[in-house]
Amino acid sequence: MAECHPVGFQWVMEAKARGAKVIHVDPRFTRTSALADVHVPLRAGSDIAFLGGIVNYVLQHEKYFRDYVVAYSNAPVILREDFRDTEDLDGVFSGLDTDTRSYDNASWQYEGTEMQAASGERDREYEERTGGGSTVAEAARGEAHGSGGAAIGEGEPERDETLSHPRCVFQVLRRHYARYTPELVEQICGVPQDLFRQVCELVTENSGRERTTAFAYSVGWTQHTVGVQYIRAAAVLQTLLGNIGRPGGGILALRGHASIQGSTDIPTLFNLLPGYIPMPHAHQNQDLEAFVRAEAARKGYWGNMRAYLVSLLKAYWGDAATAGNDFCFDYLPRLTGSHSTYETTMAQLEGACQGYFLFGENPAVGNANSRLMRLGMAQLDWLVVRDFSLIESATWWQDGPEIETGELRTQDIRTEVFFLPAAAHTEKDGSFTNTQRLLQWHHQAVEPPGEARSDLWFAYHLGRIIRQKLAGSADEMDRPVLDLAWNYPTKGEHTEPDAQAVLAEINGHDADGRPLSSYEELKGDGSTACGCWIYCGVYADGVNQAARRKPGREQDWVAAEWAWAWPANRRILNNRASADPEGRPWSERKALVWWDPDKGERGEWSGHDVPDFKKDKAPDHRPPEGATGPEALSGRDPFVMQADGKAWLYVPSGLTDGPLPAHYEPQDSPFPNLLYAQQRNPVRHLLPALPDNRYQPSGTEPGSEVFPYVATTYRLTEHHTAGGMSRWQPYLAELQPEFFCEVSPELAAERGLEHTGWATIVSARAVIEARVLVTDRMTPLRVHGRTLHQVGLPYHWGPNGYSTGDAANELVHLSLDPNTHIQETKAFAVDIRPGRRPRGPASLELVRAYRARAGIDEHTGTEP
Amino acid sequence: MTGDDDTPRMGFFTDTSVCIGCKACEVACKEWNAIPEDGLELTGMSYDNTQRLGSDSWRHVAFIEQRKPFGGPEPALTHEDVDVFAAASRLGTDPGSPDGHTELRWLMASDVCKHCTHAACLDVCPTGSLFRTEFGTVVVQEDVCNGCGYCVPACPYGVIDQRRDDGRAWKCTLCYDRLGVGMEPACAKSCPTESIQFGPLQELRERAAARVRQLHTAGVTDARLYGESPDDGVGGDGAFFLLLDEPEVYGLPPDPVVTTRDLPAMWRHAALAAASLAALAAAGFARRPR
Repeated sequence: MAECHPVGFQWVMEAKARGAKVIHVDPRFTRTSALADVHVPLRAGSDIAFLGGIVNYVLQHEKYFRDYVVAYSNAPVILREDFRDTEDLDGVFSGLDTDTRSYDNASWQYEGTEMQAASGERDREYEERTGGGSTVAEAARGEAHGSGGAAIGEGEPERDETLSHPRCVFQVLRRHYARYTPELVEQICGVPQDLFRQVCELVTENSGRERTTAFAYSVGWTQHTVGVQYIRAAAVLQTLLGNIGRPGGGILALRGHASIQGSTDIPTLFNLLPGYIPMPHAHQNQDLEAFVRAEAARKGYWGNMRAYLVSLLKAYWGDAATAGNDFCFDYLPRLTGSHSTYETTMAQLEGACQGYFLFGENPAVGNANSRLMRLGMAQLDWLVVRDFSLIESATWWQDGPEIETGELRTQDIRTEVFFLPAAAHTEKDGSFTNTQRLLQWHHQAVEPPGEARSDLWFAYHLGRIIRQKLAGSADEMDRPVLDLAWNYPTKGEHTEPDAQAVLAEINGHDADGRPLSSYEELKGDGSTACGCWIYCGVYADGVNQAARRKPGREQDWVAAEWAWAWPANRRILNNRASADPEGRPWSERKALVWWDPDKGERGEWSGHDVPDFKKDKAPDHRPPEGATGPEALSGRDPFVMQADGKAWLYVPSGLTDGPLPAHYEPQDSPFPNLLYAQQRNPVRHLLPALPDNRYQPSGTEPGSEVFPYVATTYRLTEHHTAGGMSRWQPYLAELQPEFFCEVSPELAAERGLEHTGWATIVSARAVIEARVLVTDRMTPLRVHGRTLHQVGLPYHWGPNGYSTGDAANELVHLSLDPNTHIQETKAFAVDIRPGRRPRGPASLELVRAYRARAGIDEHTGTEP
Repeated sequence: MTGDDDTPRMGFFTDTSVCIGCKACEVACKEWNAIPEDGLELTGMSYDNTQRLGSDSWRHVAFIEQRKPFGGPEPALTHEDVDVFAAASRLGTDPGSPDGHTELRWLMASDVCKHCTHAACLDVCPTGSLFRTEFGTVVVQEDVCNGCGYCVPACPYGVIDQRRDDGRAWKCTLCYDRLGVGMEPACAKSCPTESIQFGPLQELRERAAARVRQLHTAGVTDARLYGESPDDGVGGDGAFFLLLDEPEVYGLPPDPVVTTRDLPAMWRHAALAAASLAALAAAGFARRPR
């Protein structure tokens, strides 16, 4: 965190100054470790075993927060009899179809009911919930299990508040993690048992009624074939310890760069609409009503999905969206499968994707298997790159590595590449949404130089010109574009759209154009418009709430008047859980919100933060029979977005790869899975093993010894992601002038690597070279009873710019997390040797020789 | 040394125990003062590619990787009985303490011009380019500097430096231009962890003393101040530090002395010598027979 989020790390330092203990778990000793109380080096790719070990410790030693767990989690809920755990099936859950590489989650359900996920793969119960009348028009991997799902149950799930029923979630959890012992953690992760116990003790001592522990993570957790399950493992632990919805608790996702959170809330993702509303799939004859019936949860705030969606459609299509035309629901594109970044590359290689926009993204060095990214772009008709500098993604056609090897010749590439300079954040108005969901407005300081323009300018004027060109068209296909509400006021000599007008549209307004102040005001009848329901209120009273900058010293510790947090300016989500079932704070020390019986007519929720609960819903409230949406939640259901109002230790629905996190080895790993016969995540999203995307043998498979070291990629404070914002800046480039790898003195001795000399690093995909930093900060680990060396690879570089080097991402395969379609850049296997890599065609020959030596073909590593 | 009567002496307290090595100070300094980039060299000195303070680096973050035995004694000041070559050969492989536990430390410290109470650079400057400001800081006026370079060897810390292409001397101004309009220096402003603190020197000294006490109570017995004492060889630094090891570890002189300390005495001796010579000569003439 100190490395990649130095500004946010000031708060960790502040907490430390007040006595907080800081534990840093990372394969490398980083700038964060330098300031932490405890550094735990572990094998990259083994975190679920580590976290599962802590879960087991908490359960074995009765360290969980029992009152919290019983009242607020699904621990007491009883599962169906046909559910089988990984303990029963040696590493897989019931419902696995190895042919389609997917799970049918019917057997994962609660006894007697069926759940809808708060977000994620909600579509899987589609057919069941719509009465089976529709069929999946074009089944794709992501929804192949769409016909699954449990029967729609009546009434409440069965519960055992003593947590003793053998099929209750708590007991299932206990059995699931029983073998995640300190001995096993030591074997798998390379963490000595006493160090592991120290972590367990620190975490449990600092959790409970009086104290809370927070987890902060970053892409070191997400970029794995089991990335989502890493975070799930933390969620299980934090729920058991009662650390969610309380001050000083939580699981904090440190996002990759400014406003990545914003680009998830108002997504640049293929499968989501603003506010986490799923993008509709290509079912036949699916209208708005059928979509909402299939997607909306019956209980909780997702029960109001129709109001959110109709308001969104009104924001998109304005007056054209009417009750008579289903509010233009049919104008929304439909998904026919996964259209993630990497599938888009595959579509380029196949010729199906012919045009590509890159807004501040540099896949030619920043994406996994960078070579495939470039080869994909070489098949395009046109490519538009908007960036500050001539990044590698804009110049691969004249000076990319494939030109050097002779595989591509500039004169043969028919891709027309447009480079359009982009304005920096100081040159435009806008908002950043940070990790804690805080929207902070930034004002333009200077005009962008030359032809540089903001992304808003580009998108607005592109839309305007396209609409001009289509004007008068009678083609039905053009209606969605022509009917768009596309009127934004512009200003200045560059006719820059007014960013505040966009924020006002996102906030939403009523039928009379008055700004809305809360998503509770949204209607499903077309009388309200709102561009993103969770952002509703950011422009309350016609005031840009995100631009508020009242200093912290002038307000209380919650600092509610600094900027604006979604939803409803709430700083801690699910904060009803900071009070006990009766509505009293669990402890005075950790008081956040509470039920005040003397407030309002019959009592109200009150506190330091905005309560994440219906204001006047008393703790003893029981919902009436047959209630739906938020009304169906009781006064003791703090997790209001969940269909049952509870924190999920166990996930019956919404994940493609299992209801509980289980340790699987990375796609390419030098070790076998010690816990299960199942080596890898059986439903990992495996892209085709093209000649340039070969997978490696793992564990005990012959050939795995060819790639004996674990590699992990990361960032340095001095540079930004794929380098587009830093490698061209002299002041940043001089601080880290070259690509380097980090190795331990022991590995350097083993392989003859010299400090500041050169190393060649090889995987089944590529060969790269890097300068060598030999450092004690890389430490060899004892894993599976033998010494493991790890290789650290910062991934900022490419051949262009002021600070140059090979791209670490060349080495990485395209086996992805099945939920998020994210690459596994944080744990893979490589070989390292001294000296520079071969140039030109000889470099391809070296990789081919390695593949031959390891016996790699198109089947290697592809088994479920 | 104080500032003007109505302006307290201002300075830096750099608390290296909370430095995260982000180098924001280096970048902010270069941005604000428009200092040129000065070379892309991977040094292999941990993450320190800046290497030293100089004409084009007015802030420098040092990175020191150390292995120290857990709970072990302070590194001894004398190393007479240590075979350094044998110790070096064990680097990285020697567990360092009998139970196999070593503490890996990564020290980071942002160095800067010390703005000495007795500033030799200022003493030797023949043009008056270097002067003491109303804030008690020492600043070079680039439009006055003639590039004589006398100040460079005069600095006991090796801070001030001539820029190769123009020959003039450059160093930290403690952002004199920002101070003049009531702003803090760029480096302190950009520091995310308040490792670099700017303020009235007296206040900083009190804060620093309290911080050392706090660290000692917390068991960080290595914590010590550097350059805060008005009794040291430069009369105390306007920019002083909290360190976690001996100054030499950070590349700082352990006992800096203002290089012009002995000048008055030298001049006195020279004057005495001259007078003696003159007297001798006069006496010689006086004795000459007419």
